[in-house]
Amino acid sequence: MIPALSDVHEDLSALVRDFCEREIAPHTADWDRTHHVPVPVLRQLGDLGVLGVIIPEEHGGAGLDYTALCLVVEELARHDAGLSVAVAVHGGLCAAPLLRFGSPEQQARYLPRLASGELLGAYALTEPDAGSDTAAIRAQAVLDDGQWRLDGTKTWITNGGFADFFVLFARTGGGGAKGVSAFVSTRAEGLGSSHEIPKLGLHTSSTAEVVLDGFRVAADDLLGVRDDGLKIALATLDGGRITIAAQACGIARAALDLACRYAADRHAFGGPIARFQGVQFPIADISARLEGARLLMLRAAALRSAGKPHGLAGAQAKLIASRVAVDAADVAVQTLGGYGYSAEFGAERLYRDAKITELYEGTSQIQRLVIARHLLGAAARG
Amino acid sequence: MKIAICVKEVPDPTAEKRIDPGTNRLVRTGENTLNPYDRHAIEEAVRIKESGVETEISIVLVGPASAARTVDKALAQGGDRSVHLADDGLADSDILATSRALAALLERDAYDLVLFGQQASDAECYVMAAAVAERLDRPCVSQAASLTLDGSTLRVKRQVETGYDTVEMPLPAVVSVSDAINEPRYPSLPAIMGAKRKPHEVLSLADAGIDPDTVGGAGSRTTVRGLSKPAGRGASVRIEDDGTAAEKILAFLVENKVVV
Repeated sequence: MIPALSDVHEDLSALVRDFCEREIAPHTADWDRTHHVPVPVLRQLGDLGVLGVIIPEEHGGAGLDYTALCLVVEELARHDAGLSVAVAVHGGLCAAPLLRFGSPEQQARYLPRLASGELLGAYALTEPDAGSDTAAIRAQAVLDDGQWRLDGTKTWITNGGFADFFVLFARTGGGGAKGVSAFVSTRAEGLGSSHEIPKLGLHTSSTAEVVLDGFRVAADDLLGVRDDGLKIALATLDGGRITIAAQACGIARAALDLACRYAADRHAFGGPIARFQGVQFPIADISARLEGARLLMLRAAALRSAGKPHGLAGAQAKLIASRVAVDAADVAVQTLGGYGYSAEFGAERLYRDAKITELYEGTSQIQRLVIARHLLGAAARG
Repeated sequence: MKIAICVKEVPDPTAEKRIDPGTNRLVRTGENTLNPYDRHAIEEAVRIKESGVETEISIVLVGPASAARTVDKALAQGGDRSVHLADDGLADSDILATSRALAALLERDAYDLVLFGQQASDAECYVMAAAVAERLDRPCVSQAASLTLDGSTLRVKRQVETGYDTVEMPLPAVVSVSDAINEPRYPSLPAIMGAKRKPHEVLSLADAGIDPDTVGGAGSRTTVRGLSKPAGRGASVRIEDDGTAAEKILAFLVENKVVV
């Protein structure tokens, strides 16, 4: 499948680009320095309809495809990686599973409020001892007086500090991969954000620990089939990682643009440093690799949009795009030299932000595992 | 209240402009988009509508069929319907010919107010509003920094070098708005998607009753004979202040007839 972008895709990218240049770019460095999470900007994106791209029109969204969501994430990531992942999680990990697995009542209850940005979403899967090994989830959900009562600790929850809506995973049956269920709920008593996790980069993103302490969820807020929630979790991450590939493409683009601008402006030894091959070649390499990664990302998004299998394509896209982002940020720092290392030119921020794309929604090792299992089948499992 | 906004498709203003040395014309084969100055005119019309005056906003464009995307961008910004004159016979129209075509389109409907952006970002031309007003025989004000409607009277604060003029004019009228008049809003995603569903009227020259000989190359009177860079400003005079600088500056200004 060769991805093609429509006029609406291009207009959507242009809208987000314009918004970023005026509302985000002037503040990015400051927000990063002060670890400010610009929640009002997310609500503004909701007002513009950008948070509802994949939500159907009958539920107040734009009814566009997954590619549209990825393009939004990519454009945001060019200016602020933290904001981009907030939108990626809101759309790809919260709205998407509701669309795919939610009952009509659940969809009607939550999707319009997610589309408008009244509710901002978070996805609470990971636990202190259940990261890549998702089947090790320990949080418990028990039926109590007609409601589910959830107890446990979730960690590394993007948007966890401010989200109003959660997709939650907890154990409702025995151990192992079977016995985990998915739930949807708005924030209420019993669900608390205990603290923000200090981190290398992505300072404009809330990454919180979420504590469930007798948190009560209505019986009909169970998402999908009881005890089969891990399938929902993994299917959702299959799509989610395409948005992370998009984020990586956005970071890489920002790094490439910065390196190009600086190389043309900076003069040394009687002319711009762009005339030196040592400066040109790394930039050329990143440019070629980025275009390749972007095509992989768009291809995976197109497959996801068409309802075709996209687990392999998504893992391939994320594996490649995240490495390009890390290398592109490195090239930006190297091209800017000492200025690249200073906090005043933005290259070091990209360098810190890029690394996360190789870690979350499946580390690069997990992506390789996914790819290998697709290629090698049962033999890969030993 | 019927408002028409005359919009133009221009080469992407963020890209470098290039002149084709063979034709001495601006190269328009790259990405084209809505003239950014026109957004201010659309925004002003939307604000009139939002103030409670029952208003229909029409986007009027003269340009090739491929400019349909630009029409949609203008509609996403706030129009209700569009009128697009798309005809190969319009190619090579200059200001004279384009103003004739625009006037013919505007005469088809009884617009109370015709708005323009202050200039087009391609040729940096400021005169189209005046040319169209002349053909329609309507009052015209340029560089409007604010518009106030009072029944069938329009009060316009007009930006001039020394401050503002306030002009009152009867409707119907033609106004070109300054880019300081407002901050255009972002077209929302629903507005972008809704633009295609709004009524689009696409006309040929024959549909609009325009004689092909009066527009396009045949109806134009402009010939670009040559292009050159503007002359330099010439040698500068440096005056060091040794206590007599003021007299020297005055003498310089008198000598160059800046002051008398």
